[in-house]
Amino acid sequence: MKGFIIKEFFHIFRDRRSLIILFGMPIVQILLFGFAITNEIRNVNIAVLDKARDEASERIIEKMLASGYFVMNGYLETEDEIEPIFRKGKIKAVVVFGPDLDRNLTAGGIAPVQIIADATDPNTANTIAAYAASIVRDYQADINPNVTLPLETIPEVRMLYNPELKGVFMFIPGTMTIILMLVSAMMTSISIAREKEMGTMEVLLVSPLKPVQVVAGKVLPYILLSSINATVILLLGYFVFRMPMQGSLLALMGTTLLFIITTLSLGIFISTVAQTQQMAMMMSLIGLMLPTIMLSGFVFPIDSMPWPLRVLSNIIPAKWFILILKGLMLKGVSITYLWKEVLILIMMTLALIGISVKKYAIRLA
Amino acid sequence: MKTIFHLLKKEFRQIFRNRAMLPILFVMPAVQLLVLSFAATFEVKNISLHIVDNDQSSLSRDLTQKFLVSDHFKLTGISFSSDEALDDMQRHNTDVILHIPEHFERDLVRNQKAKLMLSINAIDGAAAAVENAYATTIIHDFNENIRIRMADQISLTGQPKVLSVTQSFWFNPELDYKTFMVPGILVLLVTMIAIFLAGMNIVREKEIGTLEQINVTPIKKHQFIIGKLLPFWILALVELGVGLIMCRVIFGIGVAGSIWVVFLFAAVYLLVVLGIGLFISNFTHTQQQAMFLSWFFMVIFILMSGLFTPIDSMPHWAQVITEFNPVRYFVEVMRMVMLKGAQLPDILPQLSKLLVYALVMNGLAVAGYRKVA
Amino acid sequence: MTYSDPIISVDKLTKKFGSFTAVNAISFQVMKGEIFGFLGANGAGKTTAMKILIGISRPTSGTATVAGYDIYKQTEQIKKSIGYMSQRFSLYNDLTIKENIEFFGGIYGLTSRQIREKSDALVEKLGLQDKFNRPISDLPLGWKQKLAFSVALLHDPKIIFLDEPTGGVDPVTRRMFWNMIYEAAYRGVTIFVTTHYMDEAEYCNRVSMMVDGKIEALDSPARLKEKFGVNSMNDVFVRLARNQDKAKVQ
Repeated sequence: MKGFIIKEFFHIFRDRRSLIILFGMPIVQILLFGFAITNEIRNVNIAVLDKARDEASERIIEKMLASGYFVMNGYLETEDEIEPIFRKGKIKAVVVFGPDLDRNLTAGGIAPVQIIADATDPNTANTIAAYAASIVRDYQADINPNVTLPLETIPEVRMLYNPELKGVFMFIPGTMTIILMLVSAMMTSISIAREKEMGTMEVLLVSPLKPVQVVAGKVLPYILLSSINATVILLLGYFVFRMPMQGSLLALMGTTLLFIITTLSLGIFISTVAQTQQMAMMMSLIGLMLPTIMLSGFVFPIDSMPWPLRVLSNIIPAKWFILILKGLMLKGVSITYLWKEVLILIMMTLALIGISVKKYAIRLA
Repeated sequence: MKTIFHLLKKEFRQIFRNRAMLPILFVMPAVQLLVLSFAATFEVKNISLHIVDNDQSSLSRDLTQKFLVSDHFKLTGISFSSDEALDDMQRHNTDVILHIPEHFERDLVRNQKAKLMLSINAIDGAAAAVENAYATTIIHDFNENIRIRMADQISLTGQPKVLSVTQSFWFNPELDYKTFMVPGILVLLVTMIAIFLAGMNIVREKEIGTLEQINVTPIKKHQFIIGKLLPFWILALVELGVGLIMCRVIFGIGVAGSIWVVFLFAAVYLLVVLGIGLFISNFTHTQQQAMFLSWFFMVIFILMSGLFTPIDSMPHWAQVITEFNPVRYFVEVMRMVMLKGAQLPDILPQLSKLLVYALVMNGLAVAGYRKVA
Repeated sequence: MTYSDPIISVDKLTKKFGSFTAVNAISFQVMKGEIFGFLGANGAGKTTAMKILIGISRPTSGTATVAGYDIYKQTEQIKKSIGYMSQRFSLYNDLTIKENIEFFGGIYGLTSRQIREKSDALVEKLGLQDKFNRPISDLPLGWKQKLAFSVALLHDPKIIFLDEPTGGVDPVTRRMFWNMIYEAAYRGVTIFVTTHYMDEAEYCNRVSMMVDGKIEALDSPARLKEKFGVNSMNDVFVRLARNQDKAKVQ
């Protein structure tokens, strides 16, 4: 049995290319997420159609550029120029100042400012419009120093768990989940499928090793690999991005191990269904990876999805693990608060193993 | 050229005979297009809200009512204890807590000022910002309402200067996220077919051993490569066509610009992507390695393509990297042509960049392929 | 039949992988029309040498011509004139017999009529009519090998290279296979076959034995047996290997 496990290790370590990707990928991904990718709005290219060209409009433009959100990219002369400039793709918003802004303001008339946003990206457009509008409101407050609006309800806002609104906190649990899924489920299923394809599986089954030992031997190296990966990711998150670890480290390790086992049982399950390596790969990739990325709450918030998808997301193990990670690491809850998620993972694991065992028994009989 | 014809015949036969591949080629992308288009949204909806009302006055109930009625929020709890609310948040049951303190109504009427406390789960920083915006807008509206109602009871000093700000949203007035995502998702799916299957296909021959046999025949290098890549080029374009039809029929998203421009661009784009797949296959010996390497590049390409997060928001060095990302150009162009009706002249910069990229990439890949070791 | 025209000429051919010399300055000739056995233990260098001759590997030094073409500069012409049956199997498993023949015939430049005629003849000879439209994977190994051999001959090559063609095949099928080889040789095709089955060496006109990258013996089986005073090629091989060991020890 020991010899078998050692052989498995050799198989894996000799495949240097796969190993590099295996360990390199999460690191690259996390670095990308941490440093490059963000949902925030910055450096938005805008154009201005200024019919007023007076102090009001100039001041507002100044404020906009000073805010850091916007970058001035052109002055337009007429309305006709608006559509073509959007079509070129660089400009995301056009601010139109009506004529005689200043005069209207002092005379008590309407001073119109229009913010036209390219809404092909609705979220960005929404945010741009909101920022621009708030800058204009700011200016309005500036020019009305003596007027205090009565009856103010002042909301004080506390941002919990992530006061700096760092995007990376959301992505680290997700990335860890994806990588674990990749290593455990995909590689396990491929490894078992490869033995089946090469015919060496039968040799193993005929040997004195029991089927359970064969499977365990196949699976053990990947547990180790996944654990190393998980640790690297967590360390990166902690040291490079100062991701907090509020909860119990022991609980974290325990639940991570649990999830690794869940994904491994997924891998075993896939291997009972797939006939060839190619099938195992495709099934893992398309049937596992993509739904996980899409529906686990990793990138897209589950609450915003239509209800059939919300229901579907419940059968994705990654969803529950991400909840556990968020709870343990960012919210600092004790493990007892997460009993539901843990239980679900355990049940999924048992179900998968159960089905796999039954399928194996049927085949051998 | 007859050789290429024979090669193509063989490839297509093999592809269509491969039972496992067929659903992957045709069913999977369709399913994904559907699921992903509905799932992929950064809109923030159904925000779970817990209200702690320590005032229990008519004003506080008014405020509560406004939140209840709002489309954005979903009330998951109402209580007297902020500890209970916090506990709720710890248990993932709520994401926003509104705390209305005692004496809220009294403070507002008597002192003309009252405080409120909003606690927001900020793990998803961007969502938190949006949630904040929604909540403060509702509070703002509530504020305006009171001012109007109590107009006679309050005193205004001076005549305020008012700027009227209007917002208009072009090309997607309903701010439908699907309009934004679907063209990009199409790009994704078509790309995946190309890069994964093409690259793996060549490696598969290497793995089985038939590649050696091919190397002994008079088939020239370029004939072999064309024979391997052309089927997937054709298939990917067909999928794009089908995908566009689905977009139209299911999502109501048509092509505002010229559809030929879309296909022209896609044809060049696919050359780049296939070239990358080929390049990868030169360095790998097993299908698993090919898949991993393709996966690696794919993930980076997708993340840095502007599909999910804006390129403008990336730091400068990252933006430079995206210049080398073919997916970025395709996503840009798809959106421009499908949603804004851009024409050929508008997309020339992207097209020319991709042409250069295609030549370089394929040149490298072909040069790297060795018939003689 | 006298074999007097060399169709393969090899002179001091060497292939090194780093510091390891797989093929060590071998020189020999293969005559037109003969069945030439290229023997040796596994790892002796025969497959490497063969790969050079069929144009998919560049030698480190030395020269060779195959069917009159230089192996450095004229590999494409060589490929047009030879046929090859690889060790790992050369036909596409997921395609039918018909489709495989069509493919290989096509890429060697045969017209559709030629392909049809030849495939009819081939299928009739092998008796595979009812399996014509079935995928290769359905055939048992022995039939696959015979089919692969026939396909390799489709374009009437001057030489056919066989790399361990009878691996894993039962003795009856092996005999049948060698009958096919004889037949091809009779028609004037030069056969270059590598094998580690020493008894198959008996079937060849001449045999060379590679040990550790060098050719230690090159002659007809009969003369080799005489030289070493043994009764079977197997014993010849054992003697050679033992001599080599002795030489190493000294």
